[in-house]
Amino acid sequence: MAYSNKVLDHYNNPRNVGSLDKGAQNVGTGVVGAPECGDVMKLQIQVEGDRIVDAKFKTFGCGSAIASSSLATEWLKGKTIDEAMQIKNTQIVEELALPPVKIHCSVLAEDAIKSAIADYKKKQGAGQP
Amino acid sequence: MKLPIYLDYQATTPVDPRVLEAMLPYFTSQFGNAASRSHAFGWEAESAIEKAREQIGALIGASAKEIVFTSGSTEGINLALKGVAEMYAEKGKHIITSQAEHKAVLDTCKHLEKRGYEVTYLQPDKTGRVSVDAVAAALRPDTILVALMWANNEVGTLNPVREIGELCHAKGVLFFTDGTQAVGKVPVDVEADHVDLLCVSAHKLYGPKGVGALYVRRKNPRVRLVAQMDGGGHERGMRSGTLNVPGIVGLGKACELARAELVEESKRTTALRDRLERKITAALDFVHLNGNREHRLPNCLNLSFAFVEGESLIMGINKLAVSSGSACTSASLEPSHVLRSMAVGDDLAHSSIRFGVGRFTTDEEVDFAAEQVIAAVKRLRELSPLYEMAQEGIDIKTVNWQASNH
Ligand SMILES: Cc1ncc(COP(=O)(O)O)c(C=O)c1O
Repeated sequence: MAYSNKVLDHYNNPRNVGSLDKGAQNVGTGVVGAPECGDVMKLQIQVEGDRIVDAKFKTFGCGSAIASSSLATEWLKGKTIDEAMQIKNTQIVEELALPPVKIHCSVLAEDAIKSAIADYKKKQGAGQP
Repeated sequence: MKLPIYLDYQATTPVDPRVLEAMLPYFTSQFGNAASRSHAFGWEAESAIEKAREQIGALIGASAKEIVFTSGSTEGINLALKGVAEMYAEKGKHIITSQAEHKAVLDTCKHLEKRGYEVTYLQPDKTGRVSVDAVAAALRPDTILVALMWANNEVGTLNPVREIGELCHAKGVLFFTDGTQAVGKVPVDVEADHVDLLCVSAHKLYGPKGVGALYVRRKNPRVRLVAQMDGGGHERGMRSGTLNVPGIVGLGKACELARAELVEESKRTTALRDRLERKITAALDFVHLNGNREHRLPNCLNLSFAFVEGESLIMGINKLAVSSGSACTSASLEPSHVLRSMAVGDDLAHSSIRFGVGRFTTDEEVDFAAEQVIAAVKRLRELSPLYEMAQEGIDIKTVNWQASNH
C-alpha cells in the first residue's frame, strides 16, 4: 500500500502524543473504536474559557489512523469548542489524501473529537450547582 | 547486507541460481514441445519432462507416473477437489476440510457447495491444528474426500497428516493434502503418510512461479479425476495444455535440491527462526506465538505484538519484507481467516506479523530484523492507548468499547 507523504510524516513524527489528566475538570477525553476492529483512538482536549489550549492523542491502528488522529490534535489546538465541532472527516481525508479503504480512519478521528468534546461538556454540566 | 531484507519465504522464494541454470537451455536451444513425437526437439523436451517427474516423485515418495504438471497449487487444488467431486459424485457428495485452509481450497469448496456438494469446515484448535479425532467425527457414509493442508501458510502449523491419511484409508475416503508449504521443508512420503492427492508449487521451493504438480495416486487406491481443462489430452488426460518445459525443468531441479538439502536446511532455518524469536522476546513483553510450537514449519514464525496494530508495525519496519494478518493489508478489512479460525482473538489477529526465513537468510539479517522490530514495537506502544491501559492494570477485554459501525 502506498502512503501519502503527509501520512508518512505524521506516522514518523506524530504530533501531540501523550495523555492529559483525565480526571481534570477542564479536560475532555474521547476513546473510540475497538481493539477487535483494529483501531482505538484516545483523544484529549484541555480547555481554557471556551478555547482548546492543548490536545493529545494515543492511537492503536494503522498508519492512516495514527496520522488522522495526529492531524486532529494539530487542528484542535487554538480552536473554540464550536469551531472544533465543525471539523469534518472529509477535511482529514483531503488533507492526508486518504484512499477510500482508509476513510474509516478519518471518521474515527471525527468521532474522537466529538466524543472528547462531549466528555468535556458533560463535566462542565456536572460542575454547575 | 542488502535492504530491504526478505523475510516472506511463505509468500514466495527466489529462484535458486542452480535451478535457473538448469532451466535456461529450455528457453532457447532446447525449446521443443514435449508433445512433438516426430523430431529431436520434442524428444529432448519430453526427456527433460520425464526427468523432472522422477525428481518430484523422489522428493515425495511417489512414482513418476503419478505426477501431473500444473500451473501451481491453485490449479492443483482446483483439479484435485473438483476433479474428485465430479468423478465420485455417485458415491457421495460430502467433503471435509478446515477453516484454516488456503483460499484456493475454501473458494473451491464454496464453488462445489453451489453445485450441490456438502462441505464440513472443521475448526482447528488454538494452534491451527486439526485433530484426527475431529476428522473421524465428521466422516459420513457419503464422504468422498478429506482435504486438509500439510502446513499452514500463515502460522506454519503442521497437521497430523499421517494419522489423518491412515484414517481415510481405513474408511475408504480419498485424502488430498495441500503440500504447498510443506514439500521441501519437512519430510513427505505419500506412501507412509497415506496421501492420495498432493499439490506442489515450484515458487515456494526455490523454483519459478507459475508451475507446479499434482500427485495423483495410481494404486491402493487408484484415484481418478475428471479433467478441468479440456484439450489435447496431455498428462494422461487429466490436464491438457502444452507443458511449460523450462518451468517444469526448474521444478524438477528445485525438488532435487530440496531432497538433497532438506535435513541440513531445515536445521539451519530452524536455528534462524528461533534466533529471531529469542531476540525479540528477550526485549519485548506481551509477544504471543501464533501456531504450534511443536508441530511447525522450520522456517515460519508468526508473532502477535499485543497493543500494536499490524499494518502500522509493517510501516515501522519498512526495511523488512514481511506479511501481516492484520485487516489493513487485505482489501477485505477483515483480519486473517486463519487466525480467526484459531480463535486467537481479533485484537491479536490485528497485531500479527509473519516472518519467513529461508535458504538465503543470514544470521546478520535476522539480528537486524530483530532490532528493527523491537524498536518499532516500542515506539508504537508509546503511541498505543491499549498499552497505556495495560500498564494501568486495565484488562482491555473488560472494557465496553463503543465501536463505530463504519
Ligand atoms: C498453502 C497454500 N496453498 C496454495 C497456494 C497457492 O499456490 P500457487 O501460488 O502456486 O497458486 C499457496 C500460496 O500462496 C499456499 O501457501
